[in-house]
Amino acid sequence: MSDNVWVSVRGVDKVFVRGSESIHVLERLSLEVRQGEFLALMGPSGSGKTTLLNLIGGLDRPTSGEIEVGGERLDGMSERRLAAWRARQVGLVFQLYHLMTALTAERNVELPLLLSPLNRLERRQHVATALALVGLKDRARHYPSQLSGGEQQRVGIARAIVTDPVLLLCDEPTGDLDRKSGDEILGLLQALNREHGKTIVMVTHDPHASARAGRTLYLNKGRLSAEMPE
Amino acid sequence: MKYLLLVAANLRRKKLRTVLTLLSVLVGFLLYGYLGAIEVALGQGVEVAGADRLVVRHRVSIVQPLPQSYGARISRLAGVEDTMHASWFGGVYQDPRNFFAQIPVEPDRFQAMYPEYVLPAGQAEAWRRTRTGAIVGRRTADRFGWKIGDRIPIQAPIWQKKDGGNTWEFDLVGIYDGRDKGTDTTTLYLRYDYFDESRAVGKGLVGWYVVRVKDPEQAESVARAIDAEFANSPAETKTETEGAFAGAFARQIGDIGRIMRAILGAVFFTILLVAGNTMALSVRERTSELGVLKALGFSNRQVMAVVLAESGVLALAGAGAGLGLAWFLVGRGDPTGMLAVFYVPAARWAAGLALAAGLGLVAGLLPAVQAMRLRITDALRRA
Repeated sequence: MSDNVWVSVRGVDKVFVRGSESIHVLERLSLEVRQGEFLALMGPSGSGKTTLLNLIGGLDRPTSGEIEVGGERLDGMSERRLAAWRARQVGLVFQLYHLMTALTAERNVELPLLLSPLNRLERRQHVATALALVGLKDRARHYPSQLSGGEQQRVGIARAIVTDPVLLLCDEPTGDLDRKSGDEILGLLQALNREHGKTIVMVTHDPHASARAGRTLYLNKGRLSAEMPE
Repeated sequence: MKYLLLVAANLRRKKLRTVLTLLSVLVGFLLYGYLGAIEVALGQGVEVAGADRLVVRHRVSIVQPLPQSYGARISRLAGVEDTMHASWFGGVYQDPRNFFAQIPVEPDRFQAMYPEYVLPAGQAEAWRRTRTGAIVGRRTADRFGWKIGDRIPIQAPIWQKKDGGNTWEFDLVGIYDGRDKGTDTTTLYLRYDYFDESRAVGKGLVGWYVVRVKDPEQAESVARAIDAEFANSPAETKTETEGAFAGAFARQIGDIGRIMRAILGAVFFTILLVAGNTMALSVRERTSELGVLKALGFSNRQVMAVVLAESGVLALAGAGAGLGLAWFLVGRGDPTGMLAVFYVPAARWAAGLALAAGLGLVAGLLPAVQAMRLRITDALRRA
């Protein structure tokens, strides 16, 4: 892996088996993402974008092929090591935010830090920093139900960056938001990429969103291309 | 400890359901504690029975008397250290509801046989001097407000006096305390010589014998020797350990222990279903959240531990409250005033907490395993 390549996917296949049917979602797919890059992955529904994102984030395993992130091979890791790796190395942003409804914004952001050796005071300081970074310092004590969609997604982003990972994986981060809120979220991701050096891989359907990325790749029928398929 | 944040938040999620589940656990453990006190009270004789004491009764029934002359014959048998006799007086103080036992005994032998009854030396001496004297346990003395010097009238439906009356009067010369917490301090002991001399019928007969053996390990062989001694006589005997005798006596109104264990078994089975259902619903409702926890880096075991901790906290909180309430109610005393003792041994409280932990574990195990096996990608899709 060359020096500044942070994510390397090599010859990956992913096959889902449903009953007697096998669905080949990814076929011998290869991809490299450089450190500090902001990559958008586009493609029609069912093209395998989220599956690829899940493989890069260690949420799922490839049927075959190799995945290396930050110099560590994910495809051979045990479940336990993979969980520990996720906690340290990757921040996840979801389309539906996936916040814990019973926890306040600051408690949601604190969740990944529970896995770290930080004490309570240190955790609080990290949480305050992350919430300040996404502009939600004054909404820390609010529950998700008391926040707008855009604010909930900001909490989701704060949760993703609170452990200061190199890599952020965003699955349709603006898919559930109106244009104004979506723009704010995209601006925030751009700032995290440019000002804080985060490597971002973002899955999106929205050309407006992909235009904010430094590079866009298109996934269709399990294969990647730099050109939008016809 | 830091995961308690998650546990507490999840339990607050559906407050009504959590409260109802807590209440069901609370009621179960309240019953456990309170019925425990009743079980101890009814089986009290078994709990505190001396390991070195045997009880000799008529082979047919405890209500059949034995000759007083048996005492000397029993004393001569190998392995017997001491012996005394006792009888059932069966009297009533003022009202039949004021039940407590009255037993005619020989004071010196009684005191030698039962060191667990603590009587001040001066009062013991007074009992020896007073033929109409009686001693009573602290619990009954407190119950009726008796004090030394009082004259206690007892109606005896079984024993008519020689003058034709049924009212026996005793001078209260002593109040004994129990050496141990479980010692029965409800019985009134009167002097056998006064009883035997004054009764119209049954002279020279006693209810049963209590025998102290030299070596508790030889108790069974001594019991067999006693029964052999009186075999083929008009009053054959049945000899058993004091514990077995007390157990049989308690079982005259049914096997209380078994009945209570059956009730508690049904109660705990129901609680298990309620708590298990709560946990299963709770896990099902937040499948996606558990998936998010795993996505954030929580391991399968950590997610399992969070679910188990929820179940454990629910069970232990409910049980703690239930046992606490039982402790409070038991501490207020026997509501009937008829039970010899009314307390719950420390071991039973500890067993209650262990039971609660077990309940939490069993109720949460299946949902916890489901949560542990959850695939992240499947869980996130279910949002």
